[in-house]
Amino acid sequence: MPEQFILIPGRTSRQGTSLNEGKSTAEYQNEIGTLQVCVEDMQRLGLTEGDRVRLWNDVGDVTVPCKPAPRDELPAGLLFISYGDISSRLMGGETHCSGMPDSKGIDVYLEKVS
Amino acid sequence: MSTAIAPPAIPAATELKVVKDATCTFCGCVCDDMELTVEGNTITKAKNACVLGKAWFLNHHAEERPVATIEGQPATFEQAVERAAQILTNATFPITYGLSDTTCEAQRVAVAISDWIGGTVDTTTSVCHGPSGMAFQGVGEVTCTLGEVKNRADFIIFWGGNPAESHPRHFTKYSLMPKGEFLPNGRKDRTAVLIDVRKTKSARAADIFLQIKPRSDFELAWAMRGIAAGVEIDPDIEKVTGISLDVLKDVVAQMKQAKFGVILFGMGLTMTRGKHINSEAVLALARDMNKYTRFTAKPMRGHGNVTGADNVVTWQTGYPFGVNLNRGYPRFNPGEFTTSDVLARGEADAAMIIASDPMSNFSQPARDHLRSIPSVVLDPKLSDTAKVATVAFTTSVYGINTPGTVYRMDDVPISLRPAFDSPYPSDLEVLKAIEKRVKEILQARS
Repeated sequence: MPEQFILIPGRTSRQGTSLNEGKSTAEYQNEIGTLQVCVEDMQRLGLTEGDRVRLWNDVGDVTVPCKPAPRDELPAGLLFISYGDISSRLMGGETHCSGMPDSKGIDVYLEKVS
Repeated sequence: MSTAIAPPAIPAATELKVVKDATCTFCGCVCDDMELTVEGNTITKAKNACVLGKAWFLNHHAEERPVATIEGQPATFEQAVERAAQILTNATFPITYGLSDTTCEAQRVAVAISDWIGGTVDTTTSVCHGPSGMAFQGVGEVTCTLGEVKNRADFIIFWGGNPAESHPRHFTKYSLMPKGEFLPNGRKDRTAVLIDVRKTKSARAADIFLQIKPRSDFELAWAMRGIAAGVEIDPDIEKVTGISLDVLKDVVAQMKQAKFGVILFGMGLTMTRGKHINSEAVLALARDMNKYTRFTAKPMRGHGNVTGADNVVTWQTGYPFGVNLNRGYPRFNPGEFTTSDVLARGEADAAMIIASDPMSNFSQPARDHLRSIPSVVLDPKLSDTAKVATVAFTTSVYGINTPGTVYRMDDVPISLRPAFDSPYPSDLEVLKAIEKRVKEILQARS
């Protein structure tokens, strides 16, 4: 059963360092392509590190591996992914006359891929 | 410029040298105290650099790529300039975009080209702190330099950002840790607050952490303005923001007691629903606090010269980003003339992208349209955007190979001291050549 979450794409140190090595490197792709979920939500949804989850909204649909967020970084109901190609696929073109698409705080559905 | 199609020869390695007071252009901190050890065409040490700066310096090598390609095939510089000028002068609604990772000197030529061709010029600011730029026009900006933060700020609020990961030296060089003229004990003389939806690594550096509910920044800032003004606030503000009224009252009381306060705000505000209204609320809060003490606000900027892009585009057109020059005079309208919108709506019929990679971070409709139109791309690396370009120029890297001027996130201009020569032209050289040819074509038509 899919559940609704709020996705926060953002910068990370590892994204910044691997960016300089190249966007095609495994490290960069791994960093921008791994979803962080809070431990509480991981346990509730029966997820373990490396499990693949499907994320989607009315804009896009992606499937990515997940891992627990570091320590207490995320509250329940919030997801984090490093900003990049994957997160942008869930971002619409509408900017509400600001020039800026909704790039953080994106409503998404999540379900485990069996 | 070389007429050869083959990759240009990389200069032979020379003796070891040390470049002092070099500038890191990876992020908006633009730290200008680098000490680079250069062995031939490689930087082997970057003293004083943070983890991001080290990755920036140590991973840049001259790549063996053609100086230019046309439709993916190697081309001479002159052939590429000719094709680029033809694309830009034959378009009816061309857009110029990027510019945050190049020098001010190159930026001003890019604006000039946009003016010659009656196009639109926009920078990555529009998907960064563009909403803050709109907010500046609404409520103003009570501003300061990072030098003032270092020497005076005894109360610092980081809002919607994670400097520990995105600007690693900000705490130690500019804000939290340094001993300042009026803060002789450094960190001990300062109070730091972090406001964010995530308890990031930056929370460990703060004295007070307010973990707010997502998309409640505006409500929090507005409640703080009300508290400061003596307005009675409904305790239910906690249900909206996740922060109790008592905690908010305490923070506002501390803000009033500060000698010099600053709010350093990130894209947690500008990228979230509300956008410019979020920035406006925070800027207004800082402005209001000047009834009681000295209080300022500055956006935390990401790319090395995104602040320069704002400055240059403003000098030349009167507006900071999203400027259309099609009628012979500048028009500013975010949403209408900003790149994400122009591409997603399928309006632009040509694009010139400078030092940016929208094909890897724009919305899918915008990417799909960019892929379908002729484009000219300038980038040191074979980015996703360069891969779909009609004409792609391989350029040297600003700050590492190219001298010039950049602006730190607090609008302070800083000169670059390059480490070693590149066999590739700079953005400035490419843009000047395109501008020259564009003018010739337009003159011949008139």
